[in-house]
Amino acid sequence: MSNTDGYVTEDGRTIGGVVMEMKNITLRFGGVTAIKDITFDIREGEIRAIIGPNGAGKSSMLNVVSGFYVPQEGEVFFRGEKRPPLKPFEVARQGIARTFQNIALFEGMSVLDNVMTGRLTQMKAGIVSQSIWRGKAEKEEVENREICERVIDFLEIQSIRKTPVSRLPYGLKKRVELARALASEPKLLLLDEPMAGMNVEEKEDMSRFILDVNDEFGTTIALIEHDMGVVMDLSDRVVVMDYGKKIGDGTPSEVRNNQAVIDAYLGVSHD
Amino acid sequence: MAQPTTDTKSMVSLPALLRKNAASFGSKAAFREKEFGIWQTWSWAKALDEAENFALGLIELGVEQGDFVAILGRNRPDLYIAMIAIQMVGATPVPQYQDSVAEEMEYVLAHCGAKFVIAGDQEQVDKILEIESKLPDFKQMIYLDGRGLRKYDHSKLHSFVSITENGKNSGSASKSTLNERESALTYESTCVMLYTSGTTGKPKGVVLSNANIIETSKTTCEFDDLKQSDEILAYLPMAWVGDFIFSVGQAMWSGFCVNCPESADTLSNDLREIGPTYYFAPPRVFEMQLTNVMIRMEDSGRFKKWLFDYFMEHARRVGANILDGKSVGIGSRLKYFLGELTVYGPLKNTLGFSKVRVGYTAGEAIGPEIFEFYRSLGINLKQLYGQTEASVFITQQPDGEVRGDTVGVPTPGVDVRIGDNGEVYYKSPGTFVEYYKNPESTADTKDPEGWVATGDAGFFEEDTGHLRIIDRAKDVAKMSDGSMFAPKYVENKLKFYPNILEAVVFGAGKERCVAFINIDLSAVGNWAERNNIAYSSYQELAGHPKVLEAVQSHVEEVNSSIAKDKMLAGCQIHRFLVLHKELDADDGELTRTRKVRRKIIADKFEDLINALYDGSSSIYTETEVTYEDGRKGKISATLQIKDATTNNVAAIAAQ
Repeated sequence: MSNTDGYVTEDGRTIGGVVMEMKNITLRFGGVTAIKDITFDIREGEIRAIIGPNGAGKSSMLNVVSGFYVPQEGEVFFRGEKRPPLKPFEVARQGIARTFQNIALFEGMSVLDNVMTGRLTQMKAGIVSQSIWRGKAEKEEVENREICERVIDFLEIQSIRKTPVSRLPYGLKKRVELARALASEPKLLLLDEPMAGMNVEEKEDMSRFILDVNDEFGTTIALIEHDMGVVMDLSDRVVVMDYGKKIGDGTPSEVRNNQAVIDAYLGVSHD
Repeated sequence: MAQPTTDTKSMVSLPALLRKNAASFGSKAAFREKEFGIWQTWSWAKALDEAENFALGLIELGVEQGDFVAILGRNRPDLYIAMIAIQMVGATPVPQYQDSVAEEMEYVLAHCGAKFVIAGDQEQVDKILEIESKLPDFKQMIYLDGRGLRKYDHSKLHSFVSITENGKNSGSASKSTLNERESALTYESTCVMLYTSGTTGKPKGVVLSNANIIETSKTTCEFDDLKQSDEILAYLPMAWVGDFIFSVGQAMWSGFCVNCPESADTLSNDLREIGPTYYFAPPRVFEMQLTNVMIRMEDSGRFKKWLFDYFMEHARRVGANILDGKSVGIGSRLKYFLGELTVYGPLKNTLGFSKVRVGYTAGEAIGPEIFEFYRSLGINLKQLYGQTEASVFITQQPDGEVRGDTVGVPTPGVDVRIGDNGEVYYKSPGTFVEYYKNPESTADTKDPEGWVATGDAGFFEEDTGHLRIIDRAKDVAKMSDGSMFAPKYVENKLKFYPNILEAVVFGAGKERCVAFINIDLSAVGNWAERNNIAYSSYQELAGHPKVLEAVQSHVEEVNSSIAKDKMLAGCQIHRFLVLHKELDADDGELTRTRKVRRKIIADKFEDLINALYDGSSSIYTETEVTYEDGRKGKISATLQIKDATTNNVAAIAAQ
């Protein structure tokens, strides 16, 4: 499959060419090698999962994709171009948004304000105009608010619009984080364990939202997830990592039958 | 198109009323819906425009005169407008309960042979697709919210917008068809078909004519002086006759504005923002609100609590009298005014009742304390008694004659008489035409002279002329010793305790009464929290010894109150248990309007009833439950059975 070719998924969606490509990535923290020589790609419109046992390097991998970590070796290509080391806001401007494994919201602010921060990179009005809230700043706020309200409607969190985040239960905070990421209208959405610590109902809701986001906005999604049932149902292709190495890559059914993956998850006898 | 006119003689259909409203106050708000955080407004002119275009779109889609068009979704202006548009093309709208599961819907849609469906969102579309193969008449579906539907096969699926667009671009042929069909509407043509919730057996399709709806709306608008400037919040199921009368019939007649909430979760907030002047809620909603207020007052500071208790005490004494315009003395009035400033006003504002001019509750008996609480705040809450077959109104309470234990006097134009067996009969302009495709039931319910049996037992109070309802006529039975058994009467008394959500009393043909109790999770949960009682589930809380103790004391209080009534003293509850699950409409235990389905519960929990009668002190049981998405599961529990003290009737009589 070449970089520009698409493919058709099992459920009949057409996936485009490569959006992001990781080539021979190696990431070290001092003497610890978190990621060893990993190569994979993410294609336009697909839901791509990264799975692996604890400490496999999944979150590090996602941080490389988001540009937060700069790998010691290897190259990252974004839309066919090699990506230099970037500041987080520069990554955001490229249309990449993420959520965090441990929720990183502004606890004292309302849900709406938190979601509005997702629009910050799009705001152009200067500090003076912002502070007197006239002209450009006002117009901008109205436009951005509308985008945020559409996201709020989409994720069905209207009833907590004005509630301070600190008062929300965990499952809803996760949803608010997703809302903030969506408010920046990302092309590529990175989700770090979006369903960790949720009950079955919350997981089902979140799964539906992820599928709807992909379906409705055509957003490409890369996610890390532990719940195998969720991963197998949601994703189009799966990368499996273990001890920093890639041990499998393919559709959920391919990955499920991969012996190396089975060994990594179920353990293997050493006799 | 027909010339707009204010001549009421020509107002023989809802589309005609819509045209009249658009002509006489076209720029005033007809509908509002909160979307994207902002109240969006449909003026009467815009509503008419949308209705016309949608009607044209329906003609293009192939909707014929006499077709049934099912509507399922939450209250939204588009759906209300669609109902009028459906009438314009000579078809009949059949609104459905949006939380019905697919199988329930299958029966209704197959029964009326609905060819078209207008669905609110993906959830509703999915339900119809699931049962599509069993609906031979089904042709096309229209949806409002396209989210998640992108990948669906659109050969039988259309968006609401595309239908309206088609209508706008349709040729003169469609326009003249619409004109023809609309002018063919008469006072006798079918306005709407509503399915009864079916406390007994399968739902029945109640056919209501334009005359039924318009006559009823006219008299009741006059009764309460409803005007164009009134505001209501439409949040009750569209399939319920009350919503049709309030949000469509009365709204079209008097031209007031119908506001639709953003979502079910934002209801209380939206209520506060709109501040309706005309409000309807079943007793359950008032109960829930009162419980919430009380819970929050328990959690508030000592001064606020004192202030609340102090002024509420005063309101209880004089509030209702002030509302009824009776004289109460200058000092009391002044103190009430202070209370209004500090407690009642802010409380009403929080509840969203600041502007309520007329409020109604119906459907079930409301607890006297709850009723008095709202009245004492100065909210003009009244009771009415009605049913689908009567286009709601049978009796209602006029201002100044409001009491907790009656349902008022006959609505103007309605004749009410009590049958020999105590059953209530009525005859009114709102009396339904027939049960669709069910002449036997029609004949059973409505006699040739037009008298309709309500199925409720009641009597008129001699001095006031107010009607009092005791129970369902068929539920009133005899116990083995021949004394009267009126389960609802006892259940209502139990349900007036905030801790008790639902109660089912058994005892027909037996020598003693026993009861199932459902606790109210929010009230009992809050109590548990304050008393450091840990629980992880409804089931665990329901089985907690302290909860059982509390419920037992409620049951015993009810017993002593029943014992005072000689006729019903036999209904005292001897043994009870607290159920391990909430009774739920999804499991068929309640109707969609949350009425108890006695027989189904009795069959389902037969083992529990036997245990209540055989003297055992606990029982192990397994129950099948249905989850919201239709999957089934099982829960098991060992339930404690408690004995309640009963009072000797003779002893009390001797006192």
